[in-house]
Amino acid sequence: MRTKISLIGMAVILSICMIAGNAFGVSSVYENNIYNTGMLKPVDSVLKVKAGDPAPDFALPSVKNGMVSLSRFKGKKNVVLSFIPAAWTPVCSDQWPGYNIARQVFEKYDAVLLGISADNIPTLFAWTNQMGDLWFPILSDFWPHGALAQKLGVLRSDGTTERAIFIIDKNGIIRYIDVHDINRRPPLEDIVRELQKL
Amino acid sequence: MKRSFVKMAAILGILMLTGTSSVIAGEEVLTKGAFFPSVKLAVPDDAAHKKYLGLSGSGKFDIPDIAAHVVIVEIFSMYCPHCQKEAPAVNELYRIIENNPMARGKVKLIGIGAGNSPFEVDYFRETYAVPFPLFPDKDYAIHDRIGGVRTPFFYGVAITKGKPAEIFFTYEGKFETADSFLELILKESGLK
Repeated sequence: MRTKISLIGMAVILSICMIAGNAFGVSSVYENNIYNTGMLKPVDSVLKVKAGDPAPDFALPSVKNGMVSLSRFKGKKNVVLSFIPAAWTPVCSDQWPGYNIARQVFEKYDAVLLGISADNIPTLFAWTNQMGDLWFPILSDFWPHGALAQKLGVLRSDGTTERAIFIIDKNGIIRYIDVHDINRRPPLEDIVRELQKL
Repeated sequence: MKRSFVKMAAILGILMLTGTSSVIAGEEVLTKGAFFPSVKLAVPDDAAHKKYLGLSGSGKFDIPDIAAHVVIVEIFSMYCPHCQKEAPAVNELYRIIENNPMARGKVKLIGIGAGNSPFEVDYFRETYAVPFPLFPDKDYAIHDRIGGVRTPFFYGVAITKGKPAEIFFTYEGKFETADSFLELILKESGLK
């Protein structure tokens, strides 16, 4: 009887573990490698900047492009910052690959795209390699941990960042902020619409 | 003790099979013999697409309304790297269907963009010059009802007037060649 109970208990525990570990991004490219975060609190931080404010400068290491600073684009390019919460999680894994085929959209509006997360460089390297050859720089806000996200007010209480879009014009002024529901992907047309306004 | 070990092994086996399923946890992929759920897709504005599907007017239609013996439904996403890479091969599949006397007019191909807005579906269509009709499923309403499958995923459904579309074929991921894939579809559907 005791054996039977412990077998059932073990089966239940294993079922829970396996269901929790069996989630993934929608794309089959990540099969079995995506950690299921479950549904998360949509927004877990308070913005410290607003549209119309000058964007704080930053310099962050990137996966392939060395240190990337915001100031290098001043007077030359509009800048779109795409914060994603964490590598190897659902939604995030199906966001940047879409931007990867939308290069001409960003170029049409004289904009550069910078992908940012609070993961470290080796993690971002392995994860973004699954996406193919990304044309835009991937920046790590890992150390001091989430410093840029903290400055902007998009660092969540668990050390990940919000799923957020910032659009900064050539004068370094923040023109648009979308701190999106972390469980959902911001539609591409929202970015296009805001770039059209610049 | 020995019986307990056998039981434990059996339970683990079942759980491991569950763990390698092709669907998001908690959802079940539809399999051969099941009916594809009724969906409300917008009749395309594009005259060529409308003609291809055998539809007229405007409003909504369901998959059994398509003039075909067999419909291949590709579940894709513009955000999915495999779908992006596979797009030229799926376009090729459309072309060889249209050039195959056994398939032309009988086998039709459509795509449903899981989690994609109309804008995103249009962007994918333009980027890859997709010649067959694509439909948005912005809020995953269809995707959730067909097992939350990974993309790309192909459902082959048999069309019988006045009846729900019956699944005769499922396929996940990239296919080897468009020719061999069509061959498989013709065989599985009974058209060959």
